[in-house]
Amino acid sequence: MENMISIFVRAIFVDNMIFAYFLGMCSYLAVSKTVKTSVGLGIAVVFVLGITVPVNYLIDNYLLKAGALTWISSSFADVDLGFLSFITFIAVIASIVQLVEMVVEKYAPALYNSLGIFLPLIAVNCAVLGGSLFMQEREYANIGEATMFGLGSGVGWLLAIVGIAAIREKIRYSQVPAPLRGLGITFIVAGLMGIAFMSFMGIKL
Amino acid sequence: MNAIRKYLDKIKPNFQKGGKLEYLHSTFDAFETFLFVPNKTTFSGSHIRDYMDMKRTMSMVVLALIPILLFGMWNVGYQHFIANSVESGFWANMLFGARKVLPILIVSYVVGLGIEFAFAQIRGHEVNEGFLVTGFLIPLIVPPDIPLWMVALATAFAVIFGKEVFGGTGMNILNPALTARAFLFFAYPQDMSGEKVWVADALSGATPLGKLMVNEPLASLPSPSDMFFGFIPGSVGETSTLLILLGGLFLIYTGIASWKIIISVFAGGYALALLFNFLGPIIAPENVYMAMPAYYHLIIGGFAFGAVYMATDPVTAAQTNRGKWIYGLLIGILAVLIRVLNPAYPEGMMLAILLMNVFAPLIDYYVVKANINKRLKRFQKTQLATT
Repeated sequence: MENMISIFVRAIFVDNMIFAYFLGMCSYLAVSKTVKTSVGLGIAVVFVLGITVPVNYLIDNYLLKAGALTWISSSFADVDLGFLSFITFIAVIASIVQLVEMVVEKYAPALYNSLGIFLPLIAVNCAVLGGSLFMQEREYANIGEATMFGLGSGVGWLLAIVGIAAIREKIRYSQVPAPLRGLGITFIVAGLMGIAFMSFMGIKL
Repeated sequence: MNAIRKYLDKIKPNFQKGGKLEYLHSTFDAFETFLFVPNKTTFSGSHIRDYMDMKRTMSMVVLALIPILLFGMWNVGYQHFIANSVESGFWANMLFGARKVLPILIVSYVVGLGIEFAFAQIRGHEVNEGFLVTGFLIPLIVPPDIPLWMVALATAFAVIFGKEVFGGTGMNILNPALTARAFLFFAYPQDMSGEKVWVADALSGATPLGKLMVNEPLASLPSPSDMFFGFIPGSVGETSTLLILLGGLFLIYTGIASWKIIISVFAGGYALALLFNFLGPIIAPENVYMAMPAYYHLIIGGFAFGAVYMATDPVTAAQTNRGKWIYGLLIGILAVLIRVLNPAYPEGMMLAILLMNVFAPLIDYYVVKANINKRLKRFQKTQLATT
């Protein structure tokens, strides 16, 4: 239990997807114009990460890993389907994103319209695939830890995008030099936020 | 004074529209308003006329910082001579400290104001006085033996990327002085990191935080009264909690710093430190920080300095009243949390404030939204009652 909490907190603050690994930057920069839409997208990412990471964990551990198939027959002990992990992970992510899209379209049409192309694009959001690949690389002990990691990464991403959206709403009235308006200043803000987030680097939990 | 006024009036036409030095008008403006209360009148709407403009605000902060700077200079010399076990008098201490601190102050002002003036000329806005405070804060939070080129570089970074790209004073999201400090901290970790953070090591003995970082026992710390009055090694501005609190009272009295933020920072830090005292023996008996008396956290390192002078920066702090409480509490909590749990950074104050600067707009957003919802509900209730 304690271990799970520490994985969750680590994934939010110390190994933040945006500020520690710079994953999922495209939608982070593009959809962060208003707090409202960014909360919507952030929750969608939390949801997708929270489902895909444990699902991929099961697939990885019971189908793909070297020796994972021994539960079928001991003669599969030396079968390693690891080379299939990328394509399987992507397929799982894409289908879950489809599901999320349908749910959002049905229950929050306004959010669906404001997210536009970025909702289906969660499928290729690097943070989502990154979550699954980190899960594989870090070899979590059980599915509970993998789920906590997925949720934590999602919450970290949500926090980052909501934070920058509030800042962007605030600086809308600033006299930013003309060449930097729009994306330019957003990059600078993201960099400064990264400096602030470095406070958590090195914390051991 | 009259002579200056006459001289300014004489050369003024040169800087007005059509004059031959028109392109320098914002520089002229800056000097004129620095010396005299501007006589500009507004043309539209009604405005409240008040002498408490930005220039006075900034001057008050600088005024509150001067005793700290003077004490800091004396203390740099005092600590230096103690570390080398040399007997020294008041003036020797002062002279030594001034030789270390004044160059940093000059470099930070020259570089920062230079950039500020250049931007004002190019972009055609007025020169703002915000940098007067930033330039004063930078020497107070860097180690006294820092190379001067680093000060210049960090100041330039902070002024350009921390402030001018957002449109100058009043628009920045991070406190510029802390941005400069964080830039130095991450760009030159070999000079700043580890036990040297906020520390004047080459000049004096180890600071209390530095000692704790290498897990020296609590008994090796200076006495609490020494730490409160400031006779301890540390970076220039942070050592004397007493002077910082006096400066803080002055700022609260003049209405510049928000007492809500100052109190909530101290409360948040103290509460978490108490909690760690309580939990320490159970979860991490080897961590010296956890066993340290809670009030120590408030008087060692840059905690008090950050709470009074950095967290209260009216531009980067939360703007709403309830937001200020949340903002302050979180700064205090995070500062102690980083100190205790993060072995890489013994001083968490700087990073805690920067982090909350980042999230201050978000706090405001939700506070305002909650208020809107509350009033909306009240409105609907009265509507229902009347119909």
